[in-house]
Amino acid sequence: MQRYFLSRILQSLVLLFGVVMLVFFMVRITGDPATLMMPRNASPAQVEAFRESMGFNRPVLVQFWDFLRGAVVGDFGNSLHFKTPALQLVIQRLPATLELATAAMLMAILIGIPLGLIGGFNPGSVLDSVARGVALLGQSVPNFWLAMIMIIFFAVRLGWLPSFGRDEWKSVIMPAFALGLSTMGQIVRLTRSSTLEIRGEDFIRTAYSKGLLPLTIYSKHVLRNVAIPLVSIIGVQFGYMLGGSIYIEFIFSWPGIGQLLEQAIGWRDFPMIQALAIFTSLAVLMLNLLTDAAYMIIDPRIRYGAR
Amino acid sequence: MALDNPPYQHDADSLLDIEKTWAERLAYGGRFLWRDRSGVLGIIIFLSVVIAALFSPQLAPYDPLAQDLRNNKLPPAWNVGGTWEHPFGTDNLGRDIFSRIIYGTRVSLTVGFFGVLIAATLGMIIGAIAGYMGGRIDSAIMSLINLILSLPYLLFVVFIAAVLGRSLLNVILIFGITDSPIFARVTRGEVLRIRKSGYVESAISAGARWPRIIFDHIFPNLIGPLITLATFEMSAMIFYEAGLGFLGLSVPPSVPSWGNMLSNGRKYLTSASWIAAAPGLAIMYTSLGMNLLGDWLRDVLDPRLRRSRR
Repeated sequence: MQRYFLSRILQSLVLLFGVVMLVFFMVRITGDPATLMMPRNASPAQVEAFRESMGFNRPVLVQFWDFLRGAVVGDFGNSLHFKTPALQLVIQRLPATLELATAAMLMAILIGIPLGLIGGFNPGSVLDSVARGVALLGQSVPNFWLAMIMIIFFAVRLGWLPSFGRDEWKSVIMPAFALGLSTMGQIVRLTRSSTLEIRGEDFIRTAYSKGLLPLTIYSKHVLRNVAIPLVSIIGVQFGYMLGGSIYIEFIFSWPGIGQLLEQAIGWRDFPMIQALAIFTSLAVLMLNLLTDAAYMIIDPRIRYGAR
Repeated sequence: MALDNPPYQHDADSLLDIEKTWAERLAYGGRFLWRDRSGVLGIIIFLSVVIAALFSPQLAPYDPLAQDLRNNKLPPAWNVGGTWEHPFGTDNLGRDIFSRIIYGTRVSLTVGFFGVLIAATLGMIIGAIAGYMGGRIDSAIMSLINLILSLPYLLFVVFIAAVLGRSLLNVILIFGITDSPIFARVTRGEVLRIRKSGYVESAISAGARWPRIIFDHIFPNLIGPLITLATFEMSAMIFYEAGLGFLGLSVPPSVPSWGNMLSNGRKYLTSASWIAAAPGLAIMYTSLGMNLLGDWLRDVLDPRLRRSRR
């Protein structure tokens, strides 16, 4: 088991090195990073001075070595826009994104699992149609579009919820729902289909005949069997939300890393984008390791590396 | 063991059984279509989008780029003040939204089709190598691919698009390359399964060399699962292309694409909400159709995964 996790950590490090390489060489692929990062109306002298100050005129391998050395200790250079260390800016924005992603995930779980369970136990019922509708919508509604439609209805027409910012608790409702809908759809689909499979099994019939309450059966007998795929969906989707929040944060002016990414692209602030990409990848890779560990806690039969 | 597998197993009629004639295969697909109404719906929706893309000049009532500032921000026909001359209304520059939606199918389908083509080609090569070689090469490739798939995909797509700049070719290349790991994973799984099957072993023992085994025995069996995957991935790419367009990172702003329309409509959410609503509905329509089509294709092409009808 230790060997399994050791090799997973090693693989993650290799991939992280790949990410650093991609991020470094990508801004040089078009030829000149200085023109890429400077405003379009910059004079040749300004571009030259910028190239000098960023060290882009040195040999590429020397630059890469410097970049790598910086990356290891979390130094990705200064943001071109704010003139302060890029990583600090990213970390400052992290709590807002974590709050949004957690709220979205909670919403997806708290609505998705009960809907899936009810739908699976009563196929063909009204609630089952609702469950299947949510599953289908989650698959085919673009979240950035849903976000705009919700603003039109709940903020502009009805005036119930604020349309942007992160000032009060109500602010998180719309962005979290828009971000969480596709995850909710996946959770509903998974819970529903597993429940459909399980509900005819002997142990469920036994549980019923023992006189257990449906709630106990749902939580103890059914959910436990859905737990493993659920945890893997939750892990993957949480990582996806860290990157996918870019649209939602942009539309709702939510001050998280997604909005920062959108702004950094507008400012051509590539050191910041590089820091964002590497930092988010690191977070996601760590999340993966945690998910792996969670499998073992949920299902003690899983023992890695004991083949 | 032997009792579990009857000596002659009619391997649940697959559309790709080699002994069948094309007429039989079509009839088989038709029978399935008849039973599966959502599949019919999926095909109709998909075909309507393809037709809209092929015959945009004939179908669109107006030039998608023609501006008419006197008639700007006209609401859709069913709203107060709307006319049937502009069924979906007009945008801030007075361009006809209906015509722009029709022309928008061209960008979406081009990106989806060529993106999937590139992704599938790359993925099949990588996946076939991993699956066929096995051993250390396989586990090295696969663990890397699984990790790549776990990375925040959107973030990298946005980053790469920001570096390369706005053009149709760039968008196609980005999606084609970044989406190939999924195809590699599916191909590898299928190759492993096929390689262990009896007919490949017998071909090897009959002295067939690897090109023959790959092209005659493994490839035909890959078509089914890969076509299904391609449908879903194409739908996803149409989605992501619109997302990139929304951020202003897809095709140039002058091109009528759904993403560009959404991005433009965002500025008029409060005064003319239909500008943003129409392209979103178009994306939903296409994506819904392709998902239904994909579900149906999976049923027809891969009997092992057939959905139980309850």
